[in-house]
Amino acid sequence: MTSLSVPMIKRPVHPVGAWGWITTIDHKKIGIMYGITAFINFLIGGIEAIIMRAQLSGSNADIVSPEVFNQLFTMHGTTMIFLAVMPLGAAFFNYLIPLQIGARDVAFPRLNAFSYWVFLAGTLMLHLSWFMGEAPNAGWFAYAPLTSTAFNPGHGVDFWIVSLQVLGIASLAAAFNFIVTIINMRAPGMHMMRLPLFTWMTLITAILLVLAFPVITVALLELLFDRNYGMNFFFTAAGGDPVLWQHLFWVFGHPEVYILILPAMGIVSEILPTFSKKPLFGYSTVILAGVIIAFMGWLVWSHHMFTVGLGPIPNTVFTITTIAIAVPTGIKIFNWIFTIWKGSVEFRTPMLFAVGFIVTFTIGGISGVMHAMSASDAQQQDTYFVVAHFHYVLFGGAIMGIFGALYYWFPKYSGKMYNEGQGKTHFWLMFIGQNLTFFPMHFLGMDGMPRRIYTYGADMGWTEVNALQTAGSIVIVLSVLVFMKNFIQSWRSGKQAPGDPWDARTLEWSISSPPPEYNFEEIPIVQDRDDWWARKRGLVPRIAPSGASGDGHGIHMPQPSFWPLVAAIGIFVGAWGVIYSVPVLIIGAGIMIFGVYAWSFEPVNDPESEASTASGDAN
Amino acid sequence: MATEQMTDDHTLAAGPNGAAEGSHSEHPTPLTYFKVAMTLVVLTILEVVLFLIDALSYGIIPVIAILSIAKFALVGLFYMHLRFDHRLFYTMFVVGLFLALGVVFAIMGLFSWFDV
Amino acid sequence: MAQAPTTPPAVVHQEEHEKTTTGLNHKKLLMWAFLASDCMFFGTLIATYLVYKGKSKVGALPEDVFSIPVTSVSTFVLLMSSMSMVLAYAALRRGSLKGFRIWLLSTILLGSTFLGFQVFEFYEFVNHEVTIDCHEFAANPDGFSPFEAGIAGDECTEGVDEYEGTHGLTPRTNLFGTTFFTLTGLHGTHVTIGVIWLLGLFFYSFKKGAVTPARHLDTDLAALYWHFVDVVWIIIFPVVYLFGVFEGFPT
Repeated sequence: MTSLSVPMIKRPVHPVGAWGWITTIDHKKIGIMYGITAFINFLIGGIEAIIMRAQLSGSNADIVSPEVFNQLFTMHGTTMIFLAVMPLGAAFFNYLIPLQIGARDVAFPRLNAFSYWVFLAGTLMLHLSWFMGEAPNAGWFAYAPLTSTAFNPGHGVDFWIVSLQVLGIASLAAAFNFIVTIINMRAPGMHMMRLPLFTWMTLITAILLVLAFPVITVALLELLFDRNYGMNFFFTAAGGDPVLWQHLFWVFGHPEVYILILPAMGIVSEILPTFSKKPLFGYSTVILAGVIIAFMGWLVWSHHMFTVGLGPIPNTVFTITTIAIAVPTGIKIFNWIFTIWKGSVEFRTPMLFAVGFIVTFTIGGISGVMHAMSASDAQQQDTYFVVAHFHYVLFGGAIMGIFGALYYWFPKYSGKMYNEGQGKTHFWLMFIGQNLTFFPMHFLGMDGMPRRIYTYGADMGWTEVNALQTAGSIVIVLSVLVFMKNFIQSWRSGKQAPGDPWDARTLEWSISSPPPEYNFEEIPIVQDRDDWWARKRGLVPRIAPSGASGDGHGIHMPQPSFWPLVAAIGIFVGAWGVIYSVPVLIIGAGIMIFGVYAWSFEPVNDPESEASTASGDAN
Repeated sequence: MATEQMTDDHTLAAGPNGAAEGSHSEHPTPLTYFKVAMTLVVLTILEVVLFLIDALSYGIIPVIAILSIAKFALVGLFYMHLRFDHRLFYTMFVVGLFLALGVVFAIMGLFSWFDV
Repeated sequence: MAQAPTTPPAVVHQEEHEKTTTGLNHKKLLMWAFLASDCMFFGTLIATYLVYKGKSKVGALPEDVFSIPVTSVSTFVLLMSSMSMVLAYAALRRGSLKGFRIWLLSTILLGSTFLGFQVFEFYEFVNHEVTIDCHEFAANPDGFSPFEAGIAGDECTEGVDEYEGTHGLTPRTNLFGTTFFTLTGLHGTHVTIGVIWLLGLFFYSFKKGAVTPARHLDTDLAALYWHFVDVVWIIIFPVVYLFGVFEGFPT
């Protein structure tokens, strides 16, 4: 084995400190890194939003120029979707999936580390565009021909293309990993219809990712070729059709919105039963609804394009399919309500967020059905009504769910208890703040205020409502500050958390907080859908322990590795090369190939410690 | 709620010979592979011959499409072992394939390829 | 930060076949998920190609540049490479490492030949020569494709008997060039990656015990990828080449 491996740098065995984080392939540490990076991105996206809200707080304000405003809304959308909500979901996939299915790690631990580092590379690429002269400014869906070199010279759009491409690699790698992990790494007895709901929604999200991302990959390649090699995909003078970009973008884009919301739905389906002390109402129905949503997510994309002029037949078809998708969503909402119904409900912070999620997400869902009607959408398209809708589902839905998860699993990942009073303050501030910010947008939209305008005249009558919204956004900022204070203080000096502070139901609560590196001393044998709950109450026979030592000796964990990082650095360098120079691209590709080569010949465990019996099945 | 045994695992659990690499007990012989290859060649020749007959005009489209699907299926079923391997692999591939087909035809439809 | 307990001492002990829930190998499952994903990749490229079919405004069209006999041969070559790949795999399963290497090397050579054909084809298209007999054009202008007729109209001035010139098709020329080179080029990229992968496998097989009948997984995965690249070509050949004669579509 050693003849082919790359012996230049000694493989880390028990790295400590920063090096321990850099070379880690432990899914829990990777999850925490994902979470922290994504949360910083959430703050950056939030700052961009606040600057926009400041600019819109009064008529004819002059805080930022129109050019900067364009960059702000583009970066806000792209950052929140690709750099905040998706990776915050991924943080929980990473941390929780192996714990929930009773595994010691994911199927491909090094690929998992690679996903994180590539995600970080894409993150840096996108943010650095601010410092490289110009941030992308064509909106988060970058409609052609606004993205052509004729209308958009400079490198802003190129940064957008390349960072999304890089983030796509990260998401795809992670999605493949989680599909295999969930199908193939379940503890004995954990058959598919015993999987926790969050795990199920992760599986569906991963499948959607794997199928949707190639579409945007191709669309981005085409745009890149147009901009950099003079091709004609979206070049109207040569017969190219900008509507094709819209189709390709939304064929990806609509499944993408389910990629954003399904993890939050999974989170809520975990929190509600725990704090209602009841099993989830209609477990299989909730899963089936998730599967149907994922499937129907492919049949509705043109509802983003009702005003393009596709003709009456496509508009009718997509109206029908879009309205139909409200049915499985509604099923889920009723299942959640019935889960709480007659339960002994305990309103701790995660529960508040879960219930808040149901309320705000339903409002967003209803406005969604409103512009599902192509006729009615003609008035709503590109107005603040649409902005109100997707902030209700993405902020009121996805972000609320994620904050719920951040509190719910806080004892698990930090080993400490958070401050309940501050948590509740956070919830109420955020709940009030977001409704103040986003609800009036419905009225502004109906009154005709277009989205993405950098200012408006005093005579439009929008000034007071906009000022109210800006005030609401400040309340959101306050709520996030309360969260950060609580989060940092509690993690530093909170009360030690027990393994199962909530009397919860799923396997991750059956182990200590935080879990040992190997997660499970003994791989559990699952006998019930809510196995831990059933075990605690003696509903299933207890299986006698096999006499494990209790200190984790004899458990073989894969060793840390830095090759995933090297490969990711190669991608980062190569991505710069795509924008600036071919030699740099070649250097980056070389680094990446070197990293992948060394990685693929590096055995899972150290070859030096024994005559090599390890297989070459490096992942 | 937990007592119900879902049938689901039957689809995912490995059969007696499903360990690790799937079942290869009825693995085809090299002769089978060769026959498949010859069929592929014959079908390709047929496609080209049909193409050369001008009189068929647009009529070649459905015929050649069917021939190509047959070739695709032969490679998938025999060379990629889908016929002999675990059903999960088959399912995964077919999902991607049919979704891709659906997207292609839907986009063609939206660009008025078909007279609707 | 979460303080994880110290790592238990790492001992090399890996079973050849990991015990998995389904009994299926992790990597093989990943490979199939990847192939499903790649279906969407090529599906999108083909959709783009078809949407723009017949929409080019200038330049050479499929009927002007395609040479079906040449492409038929390269299609044959790729089909044969698929056969030799599966025979390499079968040889390995039979325990014949020698047979494995011979068939694998044939696959590599056939794959490289296919790439050679593609390079030749791209070169021909980019340097496409147009020869027009101006007298024939005057006599029967309908016998020329719109592309050639356009050139003839410009070049066949008084006193010119025959016109010869290079009117290449590049990715920039028209929508056909853009979509054709992107689709077939990305397929060629897949083939190139496959050839490199198989070459790696070939050299790896000389390491003692690296490729054995029991350890055929690496070959299995490479073969799956290779056959997938072949089936993509099975679609591209009729859709792009054989149907290329049709200017647009019957509506």
